[in-house]
Amino acid sequence: MLYFSRWKIYMIVATCVAGFIVMLPNFLGRETLASLPGWYANSRVALGLDLRGGSHLLLEVDMATVIRDRVEGLVDGARQQLRTANVGYTAITPGDRGLTVQLRDTAQTDDAVKALRGLANPVGGVAMGGGQPDITVSTNGNTLTVTLSEVALRDRATQAIEQSIEIVRRRIDETGVNEPTIARQGADRILVQLPGVEDPDRVKRLLGTTAKMTFRLVDTNADPSTGRAPPGSEILPSTEGGRGQTAYVIRKKVEVDGATLKNATASTNSQSGEWVVNFEFNSAGANRFAEITKVNVGRPFAIVLDNKVISAPVIREPITGGRGQISGNFSAATANDLAVLLRAGALPAPLKVIEERTVGPDLGADSIRAGLTAVAVGFALVCVYMIASYGLFGAFACFALLINIVLTLATLSMLQATLTLPGIAGVLLTLGLAVDANILINERIREETKKGRGVYASMEAGFSRAYSTIVDSNLTTAIKMALLFIFGTGTIKGFAVTITLGILISMFTATVLVRLMMVTWLRQTRPAALPV
Amino acid sequence: MFRLRLVPDNTKIPFMNGRFAGLIMSAFLSIASIILFFHPGLNYGIDFRGGIVIEARTPQATDFASLRHTLTGLGMGQVALQEFGSNQDVLIRLERQPGDDAAQQAAADKVRATLAASIPGTQVRRVEAVGASVSGELFTNGMLALGLAMVAMLLYIWFRFEWQFGLGAVVTLLLDITKIVGFYAITGLQFNLVAVAAILTIMGYSINDKVVVYDRMRENLRVYKKMPLRDLIDLSINETLNRTVGTSMCTFLSVIPLALFGGEALQDFGIVLLLGVFIATTSSIFIAAPILLFLGENRLRRGAPETAATPATTP
Repeated sequence: MLYFSRWKIYMIVATCVAGFIVMLPNFLGRETLASLPGWYANSRVALGLDLRGGSHLLLEVDMATVIRDRVEGLVDGARQQLRTANVGYTAITPGDRGLTVQLRDTAQTDDAVKALRGLANPVGGVAMGGGQPDITVSTNGNTLTVTLSEVALRDRATQAIEQSIEIVRRRIDETGVNEPTIARQGADRILVQLPGVEDPDRVKRLLGTTAKMTFRLVDTNADPSTGRAPPGSEILPSTEGGRGQTAYVIRKKVEVDGATLKNATASTNSQSGEWVVNFEFNSAGANRFAEITKVNVGRPFAIVLDNKVISAPVIREPITGGRGQISGNFSAATANDLAVLLRAGALPAPLKVIEERTVGPDLGADSIRAGLTAVAVGFALVCVYMIASYGLFGAFACFALLINIVLTLATLSMLQATLTLPGIAGVLLTLGLAVDANILINERIREETKKGRGVYASMEAGFSRAYSTIVDSNLTTAIKMALLFIFGTGTIKGFAVTITLGILISMFTATVLVRLMMVTWLRQTRPAALPV
Repeated sequence: MFRLRLVPDNTKIPFMNGRFAGLIMSAFLSIASIILFFHPGLNYGIDFRGGIVIEARTPQATDFASLRHTLTGLGMGQVALQEFGSNQDVLIRLERQPGDDAAQQAAADKVRATLAASIPGTQVRRVEAVGASVSGELFTNGMLALGLAMVAMLLYIWFRFEWQFGLGAVVTLLLDITKIVGFYAITGLQFNLVAVAAILTIMGYSINDKVVVYDRMRENLRVYKKMPLRDLIDLSINETLNRTVGTSMCTFLSVIPLALFGGEALQDFGIVLLLGVFIATTSSIFIAAPILLFLGENRLRRGAPETAATPATTP
């Protein structure tokens, strides 16, 4: 154990030097970094939101709405299919995961089943060659039940969350936040991390809006104040405030969908000076818009956002250019937000913020300062103890400890891992756990010396006997931290990361590196007794 | 040459004489802790209970009375205010608001707005708002991590040593952890994810300590074939005493800065770790070793009764 081949020595020294070089950019000033090549300057530890400041939001996609929308689509489809197939029915009732149809005539059951099967779309396993239909149709007398399959629901949910992530990303990009992280978490959640955002109010508002915009005709024959809408229409509240009606009767049929919008911008109207949102359709939307406005001149046309009427202007002339303007009750902020939402597109389902953790930048800076101080003080205390207890060998252990911190930082930089405040606590704790190896070794050497063994034999025995103990105790800690990493969330994971790295690295620094130092010292001084 | 020795060399402390005292004391503390766990119970942090925490810095010394009045006026249940750090720093805690997860967000925004309006210039330094579904999951996951860690330790020690060692270690671990939980209950420190991390760390440290002592016992079992288990355990503890105390000391020293200036989140962590290091170190000697003695008396040492009769040969 005491022999080191030449190349092994080079390797050990090279590892330490490389570690130092890799972690160096963490401590360089902005100007120095700018003069370095990018790949090297970027070799830095990513700071967690709790240290750099920022906002962490956990969003939940409202899957109930997703499913309800799907069922509603199914009901519409069923109605159409049955009508096309000339099947008479008394009622179609939507259910939790499907619908039931009451047939007028049992003789038409087969026709009905065939018609309803036509609604099926293949889902799942398409890549594996041929999917399964997403619905099952069963009969019971004159009652037909259409049920969405488990796979279909899961598929729909996956689709909804992926779509949501895309929309969330676009909306956040619009707000100009630097380096946001947007990731799926679990079945129905989206994790959003916004570095540097101190007040996530606006982002929360933007993400909390579904922004489903539709252009629909106003049912002018009905009076909203009666509280009852004729079939095919619904009463929707207005956001116009005191300037218009408080509610409108709106046709359910969507004439033009907001999904066909190409662009939207906020500006002030040159005449009235009030804030408006200008929008532009893509070619399909523009054609449809032109068609509708041509045949409905003189009638009010409602712009509906998330089931609220923003405004319902009267069409004065056909609009063929595919451009338009919404003048609602806007302020600069709300007009801008609406433009952002329209540009980014509608969410497939409402999003809810279910967790927020925000740290201001100067609290983060305070935490970094406190963390660094704690590590420095901890290191100093441990060194004083080690040197007082073991003299030169204690000093070797301290140097190894320093290298341990350097290598931990280097590994964090290379892995682009995130350092959090608990992560700093992990570094601190590693100090104590890593010197355990040296204490074990030194105590063992001391014991062996006491038994009357010679210098080399004591050292040999000290290292080899202590080694299995060191492996055992470090592995148990690593198991714990793996569990914490798997089940912990957010910043606490950082604790598991630094401790695991620290103790793994200590297997190198506290044993191999210290051994090299001791052996080199031994060769050069050839002492008669060990200084333990 | 001066050498700091916290423990003199070649101690021959008969630790096993105190085995009953140690076990009874430990059992008493653990039972008391379990009672404390149920009554008054733990002060769960927002990670596990849901709710809102806001850390704010006011431009002048915080006027707690008026702030309390203003916030209570919002009608959001009990508002707890706590000064920490300087007299300008205030920690505002709100219970979980009735309603769904989104209700927490709305409430947090309301407090933020109220702070800005009632004390202009107030800096909101930290906001955490956690809803019921998230906190429920965090709690489940935290407990799962603790449970699995326990099982993993049992398996690991069992695999590396004989089963008596594994069982001894895990029983000791349970006793250690109940005391830590009792400490959380009695001090009212926030029990949250950081607390789970603290407990896992202490578990790791405690097992670590047991492994070192067990390792020496196993080694001595091979070296001193005829020594009675009781003497052998005492010898092993004495031999490793310097290491045990030394490592505890170093861990202690490295954690002290955390307890001193770790900030709101890590201060508690540091304090609990300090206690944990103490508990883990003493339990290796007074709990884990006696349990091993009881379990292993006739098993680890075949024919122990006969050899026990012959006087122990001390090396």
